[in-house]
Amino acid sequence: MSLEKTDIEKIAHLARLEIDPDDVSRYARDLSVILELVEQMNQVDTGGVQPMAHPLQMAQRLRADEVTETNQRDKFQQIAPQVEAGLYLVPKVIE
Amino acid sequence: MHDKTLTELAAGLRAKEFSSVELTRYFLDRIARYDGQINSFITVCADYALQQAQAADQALANGDAVSLTGIPLAQKDIFCTDGIRTSCGSRMLDNFIAPYDAGVVERCSGAGMVMLGKTNMDEFAMGSSNETSYYGPVHNPWDREAVPGGSSGGSAAAVAARLTPVATATDTGGSIRQPASLCGITGLKPTYGRVSRFGMIAFASSLDQGGVMARSAEDAALLLNVIAGFDERDSTSAEQTVPDYGATLDETLAGLKIGLPEEYFSDGLDTEVARIIDAAVDEYRKLGAEVKAISLPNTGLAVPTYYVIAPAECSSNLSRFDGVRFGYRCENAVDLEDLYKRSRGEGFGAEVKRRIMIGTYALSAGYYDAYYLKAQQLRHLISDDFAKAFEEVDVIMGPTSPTVAFNLGEKSSDPVSMYLSDIYTIAVNLAGLPGLSIPAGFVGSRPVGLQIIGNYFNEARLLNVAHRFQQVTDWHLRAPQPFAD
Repeated sequence: MSLEKTDIEKIAHLARLEIDPDDVSRYARDLSVILELVEQMNQVDTGGVQPMAHPLQMAQRLRADEVTETNQRDKFQQIAPQVEAGLYLVPKVIE
Repeated sequence: MHDKTLTELAAGLRAKEFSSVELTRYFLDRIARYDGQINSFITVCADYALQQAQAADQALANGDAVSLTGIPLAQKDIFCTDGIRTSCGSRMLDNFIAPYDAGVVERCSGAGMVMLGKTNMDEFAMGSSNETSYYGPVHNPWDREAVPGGSSGGSAAAVAARLTPVATATDTGGSIRQPASLCGITGLKPTYGRVSRFGMIAFASSLDQGGVMARSAEDAALLLNVIAGFDERDSTSAEQTVPDYGATLDETLAGLKIGLPEEYFSDGLDTEVARIIDAAVDEYRKLGAEVKAISLPNTGLAVPTYYVIAPAECSSNLSRFDGVRFGYRCENAVDLEDLYKRSRGEGFGAEVKRRIMIGTYALSAGYYDAYYLKAQQLRHLISDDFAKAFEEVDVIMGPTSPTVAFNLGEKSSDPVSMYLSDIYTIAVNLAGLPGLSIPAGFVGSRPVGLQIIGNYFNEARLLNVAHRFQQVTDWHLRAPQPFAD
């Protein structure tokens, strides 16, 4: 699998990553080499094999539907880039 | 002082040979004196450490001390620490002060241990050489031209250089065992779920596991006693009882069945490393173990499989870094999309971007079955190989890494050759098994590690097997010369 520069631009957009135009061809080359490695997976027929999502066969724990967290908005917002009146500020989304 | 075991340090504190404040100052002084040569710490928190040490001395005086009260350690900078920067080796989190302690940090503090600082690491734990850190590479204490391994290169180098008695670390594809091997120390990756992932910054959530680095199996066991156990805040934490890992270290190895996977001794393994591993296995024969050849036929597929699963999970986990709630934000964003893209583009380094993009591609519409589903099926086959092997043997042994530490810069421009340096460690994460690396010799000045893989939740046996080896060998006692005094 060889990726073109346009593929990298599309993937970078999906991942919301700004890539310097000068670096696009390097990423295309690196990712193509990585995908070549990954394609060794096709050496094995996995028809009928159950996919394994998790290393241990464990059941998901449930808990009672109770409020256990306290509101720490001020503490959490201390590390935010920009806040005002308890709100996170971002550039204008709706005109 | 810096060559004392945890048991000796604990005894010294109780006998009032030294106080925790004195011990802490001693290691802080070593860090100040030596860390400029190896760059193993991102943050040193002297004031915080001395406060903890004073509290520990108080507890010792009051008779409230537990086994490791007053003993210093270093935390990998992937574990969140309340009030102290947690960077994860990234520009993205260069300004991040976590609002809470990770489960592991909480347990260490709860046990009276003293945090000296936060250790250097590959950015978001993505790397095998510690060269992807925003804070610069770590140098191997045995040879400053060499990498320390990664991603927990800072923890490994700090322990090897005796800048801290022990350290925490994490392992997603070999990030504890490989740097332990390359730095000549003991590193244990526990069973998936054994150590809480709460507050441990996520890379690949079905593979990530916290563990320990130490100079000996005995020290590793004592630190694992502190950090292992159920945590309800981690949804994949195992609800299994935790044994006393120190209690079974001396058990006999007579009759122990060791499996040597033929795939771990084939092409690509350095002949000098192979010779050292063979010699280590001979030591086990002398200790009464039975050795037999086994096969893990899907070994060759572990790296390709991992480089779908880990990037897929990483692309999802790292979507939280958006420049809005915490972490790096770009200047003068024109709109929200620009804010996301430039904050992420400027905040992440090249290797993290590569992995996010591979993961995004593998999970994108039309490719899911060919990549992610296929990888999960192979993960099952790889895991089944181990299950079959453990029907016949108690532990599996082999090299931790195919070569000794490579040179800084040697593999940094070739991602795939870097990935292949984890060829013997990655399958263990895919299966979720515990694995450990111990020093077994040297090629020139560079250490070689023996990997020992156990069955699920069998850390006690692994540590016992490692400890008995360390009773009859002295590789683990060797210190890199520039840091020996």
